[in-house]
Amino acid sequence: MNPVLRKLARDVPAMIGLAIVLVVVLIAILGPWLAPYPGDATASHLLRRLKPPTMAFPFGTDNLGRDIYSRVILGARGALQVAMAVVGLAMAIGIPLGLLAGYRNGFFSELIMRVCDVVLAIPQLILALALAQMMGPSLQSAMLALSLTYWPFFTRIVYADARRLRESLFVDALHGIGAGTGRIVFLHILPNAISPIIVRATIGLGFTILTAAVLGFLGMGATPPAPDWGLTIAQSRLYLPDAWWYALYPGLAILLTVMGFNLLGDGLRDLVDPRLRRSR
Amino acid sequence: MTRFLLLRVGTAIPSLIGLLVLTFLLIHAVPSDPAVSLAGDAATPAQIAAIRHQYGFDLPLWRQFLAYAWKALHFDFGESAFSHRAVSLDIAQRLPATLELVIASLVLSVGIGIPLGVFSALRHNQWPDFLLRIVSVAGVAVAAFWVAIMLQLYFSMRLGWFPLRGELSPDMAPPLRITGSVILDSLLTGRFDAFGNALSHLVLPAVTLSLGGMSGIVRFTRAGMLETLQQDFVAYERAMGYPSGRLIWRYVLRNSVTATVTQIGLLFGGLIAGGVVVESIYDWPGVGNYTVQAILTGDRQVMLAVTLMIGVIYTIVNILTDLVQGLIDPRLLRRA
Repeated sequence: MNPVLRKLARDVPAMIGLAIVLVVVLIAILGPWLAPYPGDATASHLLRRLKPPTMAFPFGTDNLGRDIYSRVILGARGALQVAMAVVGLAMAIGIPLGLLAGYRNGFFSELIMRVCDVVLAIPQLILALALAQMMGPSLQSAMLALSLTYWPFFTRIVYADARRLRESLFVDALHGIGAGTGRIVFLHILPNAISPIIVRATIGLGFTILTAAVLGFLGMGATPPAPDWGLTIAQSRLYLPDAWWYALYPGLAILLTVMGFNLLGDGLRDLVDPRLRRSR
Repeated sequence: MTRFLLLRVGTAIPSLIGLLVLTFLLIHAVPSDPAVSLAGDAATPAQIAAIRHQYGFDLPLWRQFLAYAWKALHFDFGESAFSHRAVSLDIAQRLPATLELVIASLVLSVGIGIPLGVFSALRHNQWPDFLLRIVSVAGVAVAAFWVAIMLQLYFSMRLGWFPLRGELSPDMAPPLRITGSVILDSLLTGRFDAFGNALSHLVLPAVTLSLGGMSGIVRFTRAGMLETLQQDFVAYERAMGYPSGRLIWRYVLRNSVTATVTQIGLLFGGLIAGGVVVESIYDWPGVGNYTVQAILTGDRQVMLAVTLMIGVIYTIVNILTDLVQGLIDPRLLRRA
């Protein structure tokens, strides 16, 4: 086995993270087949509303009689889809900007980095809330708002690497054979800067699931009857303290999923940058 | 020191201007015409044009920006569509409660986080260290709004140890308003009954808000301690028989906390942002709660003002963070 992978395999917390992430991905793909009541994403059964956990309904039922266990399972797909779309779009914006700003000099580079500074000067949640509010509350605006506030993280990382690499010998050699900026930047600098990007993307997936849950909780994201975890917790508040199971399990799902991505991301970071090694 | 401060403030000015531009663009990036939404559904094109002129929406963008910046400099953010009062007045009234909550959470995060981080480093790779590492990852990964609901469920509704919401019981006469913070005001006016009541209201929100930050501080302190513990001066002091407790808590810790101080600075902004949801769940009468109301009612003036305010606070705290770092590690000041 590759020595880097072997090192990762010895990192117990990272492996726990990887296991959680794999399970969540599987649940997201197979959700409709795993959930005992796949129809409960939208259906309602008023006769069995707000039942505490039993063998038939392991996590209890909600105010419309829907099986919460099924809805937690069905919610995984939406959470991962949102996170992947947000992080993907943030990468698509942030990485090219960072490469150009780092590789080139001048006004444009300076402008990109100053814009990054300003965007990062406001906590992501607040800016995303303001942006989503301006665009009109919907899942699409929430996702767009999250991407538009997350790209500077990628730009900063890529910028530092592009700055460092443009002085290197192989870039000089590429110049010598007449390679254009686009070719040098995307085909030669980007592959050398990929590891910190992967680390940031992994942590970003977890972080985005958490922030998206907050937006869902505040009614700025998914809309009923979607089995969104954040939204479900918001809906449960009317039925507390009696229906404690209604709020408990979606929150645990968020906690476990985000923990999985964070543990994995930390492990990957240790591999990429042993200087920051957390386990030392 | 003064030179350092001036330099630092100088670099902050472009960021502040950038903040103004960003919030301005936030309004104008929206496809919807503000004049149309202000005029209402039944307005004629002439009425819309009149409103457009009245609010200056027909001016060139750069003139609108200057007008916006001029107003922002004078804390004029217009009127809240929800409370029909000046937004700056509403914010000023709620800011003390928010700061009270944020500072209480910061004290909890730092006061518990640093000792735990040191402890974790001293027990490196033993079970307390493993446990703390897992708990600190969980602390960052948990949704604060869910923690808030769970704590309310258990400690208020089931056990009845702490009040469910608000910053003071409804039957408790509030102390004379001096600073705006109920805790401080009740102490200043000698109202110890109100003080105890306010303190019990503060516990759950502050604990909820502090979890994420505490985890970060544990991790950074632990990493810093582990790095410092390997330095030669520690081995030397140990060999010389220097008292271990004083060595750890005075010299090793001081050399380890620069990264933690940066973290505390970042945390301040994070706490204000996290406070938005936590305040709304505990019905805390602060800016966060106000923001959630603004979100629910679509009150854009308030959203903008809050975004700008948090950005400014963040910038100021960053300057302060650099200063504190300089005080802890004077080598940084000389390098600047």
